[in-house]
Amino acid sequence: MLRHLGQRLLTTIPTLVGVVVVTFLLTRILPGDPAAFFAGPTADPAAVEQIRVTLGLDKSLPEQFVAYVGDLLVGDLGVALSTGQPVVAEIAARLPASAELTLFGLILSVAVAVPLGILAAVRQGSWIDHLCRLLTTAGVSLPVFFTGLLFVYVFYFLLGVAPAPLGRIDLFASPPPHVTGFYLIDSLIAGDLETFRASFAQLILPGITLALFALAPIARMTRASMLSVLSSEFIRTARASGLAPGTVIVRYAFRNAMLPVITTLGMVFSFLLGANVLVEKVFAWPGIGSFAVEALIQSDYAPVQGFVLTMAILYVLLNLLIDLLYGLIDPRMRIEG
Amino acid sequence: MKTLDTASDTTGAASSLPAAAPRQRPSGFKAGLSHLGHVAGENPVTGFAFALFALIVLTALFGPMLAPYDPLATDTAAALQPPSALHWFGTDQVGRDIFSRVLVATRLDLTIAVASVALVFVMGGLVGIAAGYYGGWTDRIVGRISDTIMAFPLFVLAMGIVAALGNTVTNIVIATAIVNFPLYQRIARAEANVRRNAGFVQAARLTGNSEARILLTQILPNIMPIMMVQMSLTMGYAILNAAGLSFIGLGVTPPTAEWGIMVAEGAAFIISGEWWIALFPGLALMIAVFCFNLVGDGLRDLIDPQRRT
Repeated sequence: MLRHLGQRLLTTIPTLVGVVVVTFLLTRILPGDPAAFFAGPTADPAAVEQIRVTLGLDKSLPEQFVAYVGDLLVGDLGVALSTGQPVVAEIAARLPASAELTLFGLILSVAVAVPLGILAAVRQGSWIDHLCRLLTTAGVSLPVFFTGLLFVYVFYFLLGVAPAPLGRIDLFASPPPHVTGFYLIDSLIAGDLETFRASFAQLILPGITLALFALAPIARMTRASMLSVLSSEFIRTARASGLAPGTVIVRYAFRNAMLPVITTLGMVFSFLLGANVLVEKVFAWPGIGSFAVEALIQSDYAPVQGFVLTMAILYVLLNLLIDLLYGLIDPRMRIEG
Repeated sequence: MKTLDTASDTTGAASSLPAAAPRQRPSGFKAGLSHLGHVAGENPVTGFAFALFALIVLTALFGPMLAPYDPLATDTAAALQPPSALHWFGTDQVGRDIFSRVLVATRLDLTIAVASVALVFVMGGLVGIAAGYYGGWTDRIVGRISDTIMAFPLFVLAMGIVAALGNTVTNIVIATAIVNFPLYQRIARAEANVRRNAGFVQAARLTGNSEARILLTQILPNIMPIMMVQMSLTMGYAILNAAGLSFIGLGVTPPTAEWGIMVAEGAAFIISGEWWIALFPGLALMIAVFCFNLVGDGLRDLIDPQRRT
């Protein structure tokens, strides 16, 4: 197991190097002259030259790459022009908001998709199977920003049951004392049920929007994987031995069927992290996605690059986690490892 | 990655199947048509999807002619009107007719999707078959490039690419193509790899064809059906990706009519109850994506019965 862990960690290194190289290249193919851009429209050529030297843009590409990696190692991603703060600080302050939303969406979609997929496989051809097919087809066809807006219209404007889609907590409430940065957890730690309720109310619509989007691949994979496991011989044997149907499905089939689903989670995270940006924009969620979008509109590139890099590193780490989880669940990996 | 591997395994099995079961069949265009009729009859949803697809293509071609109003003409006296007999989909905040804008936008959205899918087909397809056919270092380098692209959440990478290359529609096409590259490259590689020593390839080699000629005249035509299915399956994703990028303000600039940016313009009015501005372009987008997904599934049934779900 430890050897497996070590080997898996080693394979992450080239991926991380690739990510850093790509992000570096993205910073260097900016349209126009970054030095002139940073100097502003009124700067004279000497000032531009001065900034070029300060930014290290007068050096060769390999030298610039070394400087870039050096900056990264000390956590320097540049300064956000709009706020004047270091990009790292800005992203760190906003990351919990994004993480809370993404995790909430993921948990919600797994909680719905896995039972749905299992039921669809067990009762193949029944109404629940059709519902599963409908939801998975709709899930991949619905633009996530459109579903979000539709929810806002129905639940905020028409029914009035949801709060205004303006951030993590309503304007008059104050956020709970900072412990984890997750409002739901922090408010529980503080024992403040009113704040918990308020932040949960804000979270529910964007959470469902994200969950609906992630539902499709998980439910589809659960159904397909359950179907193939249920038709295998060890299930027939278990049934023939007179085990209760529930035991056969949960203890025998489900445990085996979960492995491909966990592999799918990697792809689901890729979708979720991307969809997160759009959902944050729709619900004015103060996460790193909406931070990057605001920076993009103001042509402020350092935050965008910091955002892309952060997301990529997060995604690589999540994939690592999924693979390790896979090793923990599948006993065969332990022997081979 | 594991799912991709199993996918290529099944196609490998599928590709060897027709040879195992030779049957007398009418050949040519007529047979293809009757096969299409059979599949469409067996699954009415597929028939419906093909009809809808034809309708979308026609709208893209003739939309600007059919639109009752100029999609860019503003009329502040008639701003923010709900749907009526005069303006079927209502008007937006500056009085532009939303029905006309949705119709006209079809062409731009479809062009972006088709262009990016065509671009990634050429890039990913050619690079992929070269990697699968030659193997060795070519394969390793190409595989590494794909792995690196896959290490990013795809929409986030697309954002980064458009931000770096510049905020234009062309760059949206390029970014969408790049994020889809690994998918095409891997399928083309797997398909070319199982055929590199097939009998017909060895025969072509023995009769003195050059490697490049074998690649283009023997391997490429054989993997075309699978690639075509892949293209139609990713069309929906390409359109969603492009609309998502323009929703956050990348690529398409106002006042151009495009579904994503129109939903973004309508988003501000949802809270005050003006639902029609965002709803109709959003519905158009949804129907188009839904249709492309169904057509993709239908094409897969038509070409590759082994992978039917």
